[in-house]
Amino acid sequence: MSKIANKQMICEVLMEAAKTDKDIVALCSDSRGSGSFTPFADTYPEQFVETGIAEQNLVSISAGLAKCGKKAYAVSPACFLSTRSYEQAKVDVAYSNTNVKLIGISGGVSYGALGMSHHSAQDIAAMAAIPNMRVYIPSDHLQTKELVKALLKDEKPAYIRVGRNAVDPVYEEGNVPFEMDKATVVCEGTDVAIIACGEMVKPAKDAAEILKEQGISATVLDMYCVKPLDKDAVVKAAENAKAVITVEEASPFGGLGSMVSQVVGSECPRKVINMSLPDAPVITGTSKEVFDYYGLNAEGIAQKAAELVK
Amino acid sequence: MENLTALSYDLRKDVIEIICAGKAGHIGGDMSVIDTLITLYFKQMNISPENMDDPNRDRFVMSKGHSVEALYAVLAKKGFFTLEEVLENFSKFGSKFIGHPNNKLPGIEMNSGSLGHGLPVCVGMALAGKMNHQDYRVYTVMGDGELAEGSVWEGAMAASHYKLDNLCAVVDRNRLQISGNTEDVMHHDDLHERFRSFGWNVIDVKDGNSIDELNAAFDEAKTVKGKPTVLIANTVKGCGSPVMENKAAWHHHVPSEEEYTQIMKDLEARKEAALHE
Repeated sequence: MSKIANKQMICEVLMEAAKTDKDIVALCSDSRGSGSFTPFADTYPEQFVETGIAEQNLVSISAGLAKCGKKAYAVSPACFLSTRSYEQAKVDVAYSNTNVKLIGISGGVSYGALGMSHHSAQDIAAMAAIPNMRVYIPSDHLQTKELVKALLKDEKPAYIRVGRNAVDPVYEEGNVPFEMDKATVVCEGTDVAIIACGEMVKPAKDAAEILKEQGISATVLDMYCVKPLDKDAVVKAAENAKAVITVEEASPFGGLGSMVSQVVGSECPRKVINMSLPDAPVITGTSKEVFDYYGLNAEGIAQKAAELVK
Repeated sequence: MENLTALSYDLRKDVIEIICAGKAGHIGGDMSVIDTLITLYFKQMNISPENMDDPNRDRFVMSKGHSVEALYAVLAKKGFFTLEEVLENFSKFGSKFIGHPNNKLPGIEMNSGSLGHGLPVCVGMALAGKMNHQDYRVYTVMGDGELAEGSVWEGAMAASHYKLDNLCAVVDRNRLQISGNTEDVMHHDDLHERFRSFGWNVIDVKDGNSIDELNAAFDEAKTVKGKPTVLIANTVKGCGSPVMENKAAWHHHVPSEEEYTQIMKDLEARKEAALHE
């Protein structure tokens, strides 16, 4: 099973598009290496802008380019892009409605042992709270490809968060169900609905397999479109289940869990359990070690689901 | 050619009317910056309601967005909308005429209001012009208090790195900000040297409220190749009437009836003087 990092897939899709679309511009803040964008910079130097380690500049320059007809893709670590340049994202991108796609690389706890300065547990809540800012967190490289192809067709602001490392695919090459702003139903069941995004979709899918062996049937939704949240899919999945679990590589506040809870609470009240990173500096370790420690893995999700529907 | 100095006093009157109608406004900065705006919109930039969607139009971003009333007066005079529309709607419920620039209005490219955004955005606009081999020019106006924002210097750094000679910034150097004298709040007395050290061409405009001096400086900026230019426009905050000139308290102030009468009288007198110069 081939796998590449989602960020690398973003670069590949943009390079393919840039062959014929000279308005595509990629920008990095000394992040072309970490963002897998060196091939883009080398192949299309006239369509690449380096801003140096200056994320505020990165985002404002992107907005200025976009205002003059460019399709700007600003690639920078999610931890900095979603905080250091937050106001530029709010004013120059979202408020001014410029065609800027903010690509937050190495999101969540991708930088593992580098510590809280390099984690971006807050990015979903922060970006989703900005009017006119969309938030996408694709699960695997195949879905990332479809997402970026779809984003190339619109002219609206968006924040896209991807992880650092290649992850096991959720989908199969040639069979990637994808509709823009619609959650992907990974599997359907009647006992519990598991709604996940990003790197948490694969463990959620694996959890459904574990639960099946225990006689528990689960729906798994890949909510890559955290904002606009696919409310219909949430309601449908919740209505068909006894309880709902959300799983995200993010802070417990203001992210996928909060948004799903709002919808379920108002539309089809059920018990909703939010699985997330803690409201505390995350323990030191690799992504996998961190996920395992906080139960953000297939076993942890399955265990939580089994307790819920018991 | 219309006497633009006389016009500047008429537009200052419009600004006073806008502020009194909306019961809000950054009056002091409006009065210091309006000559820069008039010079840009009536002498320098190829921008009008007819070509506002032309990719080759010159671009302007009002970085010191709080001086929006001056921009409204100038854009109304240019015909992007009418002064009556502004007077009726400014700061009112549901209005598009907000207290900071809003690009839902014709003639306004970018929303601003938070300081330190205009220059970096203009770097992007100027870069796009270079990439597309277009010859439009990009202008922005910043306040001197605004220069304390770090993002200004990120933009300044990139503008010279990319040799953006199609970019011209103006510093409305009126030496006052909301808390008082700029040099007391955070000093900028070596401003020219700062910009030079960032690789910029610096032009000092001795009287930043002189349209002739500003126009000559903008003309000079166009001849400078390989680097961006900044005009340090030495202006008077509240320029137009002694009632408001050089008074920090007039950063944001709505004139009383008495003040209104005196200011209008002073503006009319200066207009008359300009006409008979």
